[in-house]
Amino acid sequence: MQKKIRVLIGKPGLDGHDRGVKIVAAALRDAGIEVIYTGLHQTCESIVEAAIQEDVDIIGLSILSGAHMTIFPKIINLLKQKEAEDIIVIGGGIIPEEDIKKLNEMGVKKLFTPGTSTKEIIKYVKSIVQKT
Amino acid sequence: MDFLKKLLKGDKLTIARTITAVENSNNSEILKEIFPYTGKAYHIGVTGPPGAGKSTLVNIVIQKLLEENKKIGIIAVDPTSPFSGGAFLGDRIRMTDLALRENVFIRSMATRGSLGGLSQKTKDVALVLDASGMDYILIETIGVGQVELDIAQVCDTTIVVLVPESGDSIQAMKAGLLEVADILVVNKGDREGCDSLILELKFAFELREQKLGWHFPVLKTIATESKGIEELISNIKSHKKYLKSSGKFEEDRKRKLALRIDELIEEKIKSHLKEFSSWRNGDQLEQLIAKVYQRKLTPYHIADEITKKIIVGKK
Amino acid sequence: MNKEDWKKKQKTCKERDFRFTTVSDLPVKPLYLPDDIRDFDYDKKLSYPGEFPFTRGVYTNMYRGRLWTMRQFSGFGTAKDTNERYKYLLKHGQTGLSVAFDFPTLYGRDSDDPFSQGEVGKCGVAIDTLRDMEILFDGIPLDKISTSMTINPPAAILLAMYIVVGEKQGVLAEVLTGTIQNDMLKEYQAQKTWIYPPEPSLRIITDILEYCSEHVPKWNTISISGYHIREAGSTALQELAFTLANGLTYVEYGTKAGLSVDKFAPRLSFFFNSHLDFFEEIAKYRAARRIWAKVMHDKYRAQNPRSYLMRFHTQTAGCTLTAQQPENNIIRTAFQALAAVLGGTQSLHTNSMDETYALPTERAVKIALRTQQLIAHETGAANTIDPLGGSYYVEALTDELEKRTYEYFDKIDTLGGVVPAIEKGFFQREISRSAYEYQRALEHKVKYHVGINMFEEEGGADIEILKIPEEIEKNQIEELKEVKKQRNSVKVKRALKQLYSAAGNGENLMPRILDCVREYATLGEICSTLKEEFGIYHEPIIF
Repeated sequence: MQKKIRVLIGKPGLDGHDRGVKIVAAALRDAGIEVIYTGLHQTCESIVEAAIQEDVDIIGLSILSGAHMTIFPKIINLLKQKEAEDIIVIGGGIIPEEDIKKLNEMGVKKLFTPGTSTKEIIKYVKSIVQKT
Repeated sequence: MDFLKKLLKGDKLTIARTITAVENSNNSEILKEIFPYTGKAYHIGVTGPPGAGKSTLVNIVIQKLLEENKKIGIIAVDPTSPFSGGAFLGDRIRMTDLALRENVFIRSMATRGSLGGLSQKTKDVALVLDASGMDYILIETIGVGQVELDIAQVCDTTIVVLVPESGDSIQAMKAGLLEVADILVVNKGDREGCDSLILELKFAFELREQKLGWHFPVLKTIATESKGIEELISNIKSHKKYLKSSGKFEEDRKRKLALRIDELIEEKIKSHLKEFSSWRNGDQLEQLIAKVYQRKLTPYHIADEITKKIIVGKK
Repeated sequence: MNKEDWKKKQKTCKERDFRFTTVSDLPVKPLYLPDDIRDFDYDKKLSYPGEFPFTRGVYTNMYRGRLWTMRQFSGFGTAKDTNERYKYLLKHGQTGLSVAFDFPTLYGRDSDDPFSQGEVGKCGVAIDTLRDMEILFDGIPLDKISTSMTINPPAAILLAMYIVVGEKQGVLAEVLTGTIQNDMLKEYQAQKTWIYPPEPSLRIITDILEYCSEHVPKWNTISISGYHIREAGSTALQELAFTLANGLTYVEYGTKAGLSVDKFAPRLSFFFNSHLDFFEEIAKYRAARRIWAKVMHDKYRAQNPRSYLMRFHTQTAGCTLTAQQPENNIIRTAFQALAAVLGGTQSLHTNSMDETYALPTERAVKIALRTQQLIAHETGAANTIDPLGGSYYVEALTDELEKRTYEYFDKIDTLGGVVPAIEKGFFQREISRSAYEYQRALEHKVKYHVGINMFEEEGGADIEILKIPEEIEKNQIEELKEVKKQRNSVKVKRALKQLYSAAGNGENLMPRILDCVREYATLGEICSTLKEEFGIYHEPIIF
């Protein structure tokens, strides 16, 4: 029996731009993945709690508001606190190159920039889950 | 064992990981270990057509139960796409605030190809939550046909949620719905057609009421305004009381356990069968079929022979 | 040669392997001919600029009289930072202001709200109290400049602050010019910035309509916006149809509240996107003007000719910008801006090339502004009115979009109107479906985007990026504390209490909000007070 991949897709903070996040969620579902969608305007605490209870392999966050340097580190820390740091954190949005590097160092596995194809995201998700 | 201790204490990470293990394996070792600690949680099923406001309703019911300091596990079931095998699980959207509460655990499940709508695994997942010390387990699922039968098989009290708009489409579902519902709720009760639907449902319930001796309530709620919730809760409680005092609680649960054993046997045999379908790959296949074709052997003989081998082989 | 022979000949020609459609998937023929606009009645369909149905433009002399307003949307950091940027833009020839607020402000939350963490001053300027607005417009005379404010659920509060800043400068409310977006319907459909449920939101909007028609008569009270619908992934047709349907819904609520159409409709304005498909966009603007004028005349019986005028702002499409090869965005934006001008826009914002990375730098904004100035002064596009009028293709597209818009109107009607359709998730579903289909079209190379699925290059972009210092949040919270210390808290409480009872008893909220603002009540305090009475909105789950 092969384990199903489960991914939590969420939008933290106040940013309501959900075009991208919905496209990614639909594409992952169409690729045979179970997608837990948390909806808009989520706190970091509720995202991490949902990820734990749903026991997802990956948390994928979309941030277009510029708050990425606050939100991603907070998510990573909360996961550590709850001993769930094996859940992989990835994301996408309006994020400058320089910040991507910093966030990668802090433990965000991958950040996709605008223009990434859903195929690329699916491929990444499947390969990273297999690896772990 | 470490995991068992943590699970029984209700550690959320352990609950989550145990559910994943149970959901992704046919191995029953974990279930054997936890089963002795189950049987305490009261199971409530909530089903009904899409858009009836089930999640919103469940959300408020949970809030009320939390006020009584109860521990609650929620299983939200959504369909798996038959084309991709993927699923979109969005029921948490209504419950994100609740999920942060100490006494709440929410898990979304996909049906994963089971035709009945409710995955067989739902029953196992409910056992995990039961063992973790939940007072109530709520199972929420879309109901449009076969599903209701499934949910009633797991739950002590089954609530069917409808909306006034479902009046027209209800004819098709009526038989199934009325068969499983212990409580009927017409949500969005401020909309047109509510009262006539309630009347119709009450009428339809009369026959079953006479037979079973439980007064089937048909309630009106407006979940978005928290209206009618107190009444719903008190009806859930009186149903529970009725089951316990009439002895039906034990009777039902025993019947369901027997059914579960049947199912497990069936599953086991099915999986052995799959193993045994290797007879098809053997050299003998062509010879056998040729003989059957020539009417030297009958399919019945062959079936008898192979079944015998399965049973003997697995003793 | 006759037509049929030419068509036969054309069919035998080699053709590129490409699906010839607009970016929104309307079919496009190889050639447009007189019979594509067969029943063309010039007077009925086009008439003259400034004349009903205004297809060719809302004003008689259009850009020959006055160029469009060049209005760059901007705001970041504190009020002081943004004030400096405004002065820079005005110095470089910008002719109107357009305020971008940060997310907490857009959602009516204060900078010290836990939900605001990490967002203060990031996507726009942070406004907590009147003090911030005083600083924002310091040295900018409000009687000389028009200001557009992109603000929705708390629109009434920001407008009130603007009015009070005017008072303090000695400028009367009746001479103030500008716009608040104040378009909640498209928020539920696309942009997803909401606080209260639809009904109380519409009540606040009608309160504003009523108040402004008396006291701030030159103010544009709603900017009915298709921009965000398009950015959320809709087609051009959906942008057009949904925006107009929203506009008509506001008209209905206004008249239901007892206002006369001709009193408030002239102050309604529109805001459209300018996307990749050059001709489709031009046709969209022309169709929009014609439909609005017709429906306002035929259905709502407006008498005042100004009620028929669809005046609109345009912004080039942010969603078409690419992070890859960002300099290409300058060119993309230029084409989109030209489409808006040829479509007869009243004001224009051109995006900067670096906006897929962060808010734009001064240099990038200047190039974007220069793009408009180039179109205005070098290309000759502004020399004659509606230069594409009469083009077989553009007229056929205009007709097609108009026809399909009416089909959408019928569909919305059968759902019970715009608000019930929102509750049923109709718009949300239509938009996300289009967005997903477009993405698939790109990935299957049925449609192209340079740098994304053709002519790709390896390696990142090497451009300068604007950084918003993290201290801003801390400083802004300090400032807020200071304001709270200095104000008269008894008076603040009293004003908020009066606002609360006004919310309950149905009286116009504007005077009460003005009282709160004058006492330096915070945006968050005012919104929380209204939340108590109105409740909060939960979105239907749509996929």
